[in-house]
Amino acid sequence: MTVSPDAKPKLPRGVRLTHNEAQGGWVLLAPERVFKADPTAVEIIKRCDGNATFGQIVDDLAKTYNAPRERITADVAAMLTMLVEKQMMEL
Amino acid sequence: MMDATPQRAPRPLGLLAELTHRCPLGCPYCSNPLALEGRSDELDTASWVRVFKEAAALGVLQVHLSGGEPGARRDLVEITKAAHDASLYTNLITSAVGITAATLDKLSDAGLDHVQISIQDSAAESADHIAGYRGAYARKQALAAQVTRLGIPLTVNAVMHRANIEHVDAMVTLALELGAKRVEIAHVQYYGWALKNRAQLMPTRAQVEHAVQVVEALRKQHHGRIVIDAVVPDYYARFPKACVGGWGRRSLNVTPSGKVLPCHAAESIAELTFWNVREHSLADIWDNSPAFMAFRGTDWMQEPCRSCPKAKEDFGGCRCQAFALTGDARATDPVCHLSPRHALVGELAEQRADLAYDYRR
Repeated sequence: MTVSPDAKPKLPRGVRLTHNEAQGGWVLLAPERVFKADPTAVEIIKRCDGNATFGQIVDDLAKTYNAPRERITADVAAMLTMLVEKQMMEL
Repeated sequence: MMDATPQRAPRPLGLLAELTHRCPLGCPYCSNPLALEGRSDELDTASWVRVFKEAAALGVLQVHLSGGEPGARRDLVEITKAAHDASLYTNLITSAVGITAATLDKLSDAGLDHVQISIQDSAAESADHIAGYRGAYARKQALAAQVTRLGIPLTVNAVMHRANIEHVDAMVTLALELGAKRVEIAHVQYYGWALKNRAQLMPTRAQVEHAVQVVEALRKQHHGRIVIDAVVPDYYARFPKACVGGWGRRSLNVTPSGKVLPCHAAESIAELTFWNVREHSLADIWDNSPAFMAFRGTDWMQEPCRSCPKAKEDFGGCRCQAFALTGDARATDPVCHLSPRHALVGELAEQRADLAYDYRR
């Protein structure tokens, strides 16, 4: 799956990113499912607000972390694709 | 023997909040205990608000608002909002009878994340007969439609037993029609009312094997449209289930009156005593109460569990089932083919009888 630069990813209703101290950090919650979100995933998912486009999210991350755009594009696309397959992200 | 550095108990992920045992339905496989708690013993709103805050601090991420029928509580919206405000993921587990359209709107506004509706069968007459409630099937369809209209993700919980196991295909089709993104094919587990009705509910081995094949085919057929989760009926299994993911490891259950249990059937184990949220904090109960300590980890195990390579995978199976079938809560779950009592399970499964259901009342 390729992600269009104009896609505006967002978490569907029923999927939430939340922080829990006792569980040691950020988790992505869905019906009967819990995924620990590593720092990279958190930074990506936090930006998926339904307003920002895939292109803008990549630009922002590349700038924030001073990282090559190609690598960020690949990483974000891979994560979004994985979440879409699990019905935990909408494009 | 004590470890030199005692390990902290693992943190729970889920809390089953049994808000009430009251329910208009009479399903003969109800997971509530045979001795139901009455309305006058139920925790008040403020107690549930406190329990949810304590749960989140303890590590709980998801709360399952259940019963009985949670819609029987007049303060369900307040309770749901309190769970949401505590940053818990809120899942409403309902029969759909007792949740009006207006209530669902309010629950949605309160932050409800997910709804699970049980269905008894794929056709109205049979479904209502199993539920012991005329008109239940139609009300489930109406509520499901409203859940999906509001955009709340819906799971259909299809409880399977001898009377409907051959309709598994139709039940998945129904779940799709209702707009569910997920369906649980939940074969009856024999505790509480289901144990009482075992002879009436138990499918044959051939029925179970066929149903497992049908589910596999349906998974492929509907891939990407609906997630099909199946709970396998364990009387016909060779290995036991890792019940609740291990005793006192991942989840806890608060009864309507505030007793805290490691699983919903734990009260059936005669030797256990349970602490109550009226007297103890949830963290204290999780870490220190005798009922949670009783079968946590592997130290309590006997052979063949103790030296079994799967001891930390299935934790010896289900303690309630071991107690119910052998009288010893420390025994290997007799579902396991390594249990010296395994033959008993096969004998019990053969004791089928087409009697009237003994409805939960």
